[in-house]
Amino acid sequence: MPCPSESGMPRRSGVSTAVRRLLQRFGIVIALVLVGAMLAAATPNFLTTANLINVARQISLNGILAVGVTFVLLTGGVDLSLGSVVALAGVIAAGFAHPGDYPAAVAVLMGILTGMACGAANGLVITRGRVAPFIVTLGMMTVARGLALVASGGKPVSNMSPHLTRLAGDILGLPIPVLILAAVSAAAWAFLANTRLGRYVYAVGGNENAARAAGINVNRVKLFAYTLCGALAGLAGVVLAARITTGQPNAGIAYELDAIAAVVIGGTSLSGGVGGVGGTLLGVLLMGVINNGLDLLNVSSYYQQIVKGVIIVGAVWLDRRQKE
Amino acid sequence: MPSGFILQARNISKAFAGVKALVDVSLALRPGEVHALMGENGAGKSTLMKVLAGLHPADSGEILLDGRPIVLGSPQQALRSGIAMIHQELMPIPDLSVAENILLGHEPASRLLGWIDRRALQREARRLLDLLEVDLPATRKMRQLSVAQMQTVEIAKALGHNARVLIMDEPTAAISDREVEALLGVIAMLRRRGVAIVYITHKLDEVFRIADTITVLRDGFHVGTYPAGELDRQALISLMVGRPLAHPVGPACRAGLPVGPACRAGLPRASPARQAGPTAVALSVRNLGRSGAFTNVSFDVRQGEILGITGLMGAGRTELVSAIFGLVPADAGEIHVAGRPVQIRHPAQAIRHGIGMVSEDRQRFGLVPTMPVGHNMTLASLAACCLGPFIRHAKEAAVVAAGIRALAIKTTGPGEAVGRLSGGNQQKVVLARSLLAGPSIIILDEPTRGIDVAAKAEVYALVAQLAAEGKSVVLVSSELPEALALSDRLLVMRQGRVVAELNPSCTSQEEVLRYAMPL
Repeated sequence: MPCPSESGMPRRSGVSTAVRRLLQRFGIVIALVLVGAMLAAATPNFLTTANLINVARQISLNGILAVGVTFVLLTGGVDLSLGSVVALAGVIAAGFAHPGDYPAAVAVLMGILTGMACGAANGLVITRGRVAPFIVTLGMMTVARGLALVASGGKPVSNMSPHLTRLAGDILGLPIPVLILAAVSAAAWAFLANTRLGRYVYAVGGNENAARAAGINVNRVKLFAYTLCGALAGLAGVVLAARITTGQPNAGIAYELDAIAAVVIGGTSLSGGVGGVGGTLLGVLLMGVINNGLDLLNVSSYYQQIVKGVIIVGAVWLDRRQKE
Repeated sequence: MPSGFILQARNISKAFAGVKALVDVSLALRPGEVHALMGENGAGKSTLMKVLAGLHPADSGEILLDGRPIVLGSPQQALRSGIAMIHQELMPIPDLSVAENILLGHEPASRLLGWIDRRALQREARRLLDLLEVDLPATRKMRQLSVAQMQTVEIAKALGHNARVLIMDEPTAAISDREVEALLGVIAMLRRRGVAIVYITHKLDEVFRIADTITVLRDGFHVGTYPAGELDRQALISLMVGRPLAHPVGPACRAGLPVGPACRAGLPRASPARQAGPTAVALSVRNLGRSGAFTNVSFDVRQGEILGITGLMGAGRTELVSAIFGLVPADAGEIHVAGRPVQIRHPAQAIRHGIGMVSEDRQRFGLVPTMPVGHNMTLASLAACCLGPFIRHAKEAAVVAAGIRALAIKTTGPGEAVGRLSGGNQQKVVLARSLLAGPSIIILDEPTRGIDVAAKAEVYALVAQLAAEGKSVVLVSSELPEALALSDRLLVMRQGRVVAELNPSCTSQEEVLRYAMPL
């Protein structure tokens, strides 16, 4: 039987389709190049090694958080507790990092485990208790903040061993937080592309019912995503504590929003199933470059907030328009 | 005929993705007439109603209101023209009151701020309910009402829009006998007020009680329109069925026999695997039940056998097979696979026991729209392409390529977005996913729904091939010719129970329908 529609799809003019496809795939790269070019033209300080390393250092925290929350958004969920978990993990890590108490590795591990525990708690209540992720992680946002205040007595936990603060230093001229982000991103990218569980993360976000009918343990996949996200928030908390040399119970406020914004700018869908770590890194980078540029141009931080908001909405609006 | 009709639909045709749902169907309604629309599942009744209610635009044909042509572009437009529809699935707003639901969208309100005049609202709702002579407090919350009461509210709502044509889709499917009487009373009331009613039901006795006129559809074609007095039960059933099968590839044909005379000639009629003698029982279901869905279902399926399950919409077929596959677990009875009792609370468990299923709802339980064709195909069998937790991409690509070839899936490649495929090819992707998991028992729930004729024939051939390979097939189908031609044995379900087991070569569509129709 002849199939008329097979190759006879109505084609729009080739050039505009090609441009559109290019924009769709590489829109954010193009945006990044454009912004970079404009900043390079506007200020001589932008395109210097020192400044670029500075940008990398500034985005490393948001990057680690964003990679973690990418997993959660891919399953169709959300995690609003990241900022509080960062503070709690920082306080706990700092508590284990007084000179002479424990090796620095223990402090790092405790911070990560703290984040993991928060993430696992989120995941368990969401999957077993069937409460909406928005609500559960909103609750965790408050609970983790409260725990951080309780654990620290409301005061910064100081007197940190130099072994831990070294985590915020450099190796071979590169900031260690940047190297951590690179390692985390590479591992996360490889995981999503090459493992069964990674594939299932996409399936659960794409169509939860179909994933279940294909024999996938949907709850396990979600629990994994929230736990991993929490663990990376814990890691980010440790890095932050090392950088500011204290465990600050009031640190990290609204960090989750920057992370989610970066992920979404990077093309990951809030409804799940679409996106990935590559886009997230570009989103983080774009936000970081714009922040840095506005700093260099001496734009007041008040205006920076407005610009950031417009970019978040604009990026998603453009993305939506291209897809339609 | 310019006079006498409120609404005329002339030569309406409608196709969905190339599949013809209505071909040249006409319908004319007089004031105060109850017009029953009859036909099997998929005959085109719902489509015709949705065209009249403005939910689907017709591809061709015209609709006349009071003799003047009109366009029904949306349900709102239809409502403004006086055509209202009571859907089978009611859509109330549960936390608003009866009065607020009745007057939803045209509440009496002050012109200035749109402030709602609550007293006028109550008064108007009361007036409409009184017209229907029903005793229902207008202040009660919608969620406290029974289904029948909600229906009455929907009817009052239609009256509030001055509806002159009321379309009712199986209004008695989910309500008790006593409530049916009340509803028929309301219908009599509406008829006296000159409202024309299009009534869809599977219950024959209701039709003969209230209908003035009966229009029969079959496969989207208009079989005929008759005064109710000219038909009896038998004649109506014959009009509804009685068509040849387009693509006979059933067991009888596999055995080289025409479908009809096989039995008369006294020849055994069985799939090749069974001709060699009885095979082992692969799946056995004992007293399976789930409250509110189906009760006390028992049957066996042997290796190489195709067991058909048919019945009308809502008979519990999909619920039954969903329970066997663990999508919505049963709450009573036992399932045995290869003679051993098994617990199935979860599709993963069913798959481990060698059961595969293709759901009737491809969009909901089948496709992952965000994934490409290849990833969709391997979703249920990814472990076979893995080394530990890691996917072996080369192996996966080979498996996918083989699947695309085996099922002749028309796609530009494994990376194509699955949503771009035609319905038939999407169905093949979902079929391939189930088959790649290597099931010994495969459940197909309406496997040919919404796919074109050519793809249907391919699915039939595949079902026959699976049986020939010794797999057990449970085939749920509401298309009788399909169920009769493919099955070795045919179970008929009605209202959650298996009411008959028939030999497809010795029965007729009429007999099947007699069992399937509620009494």
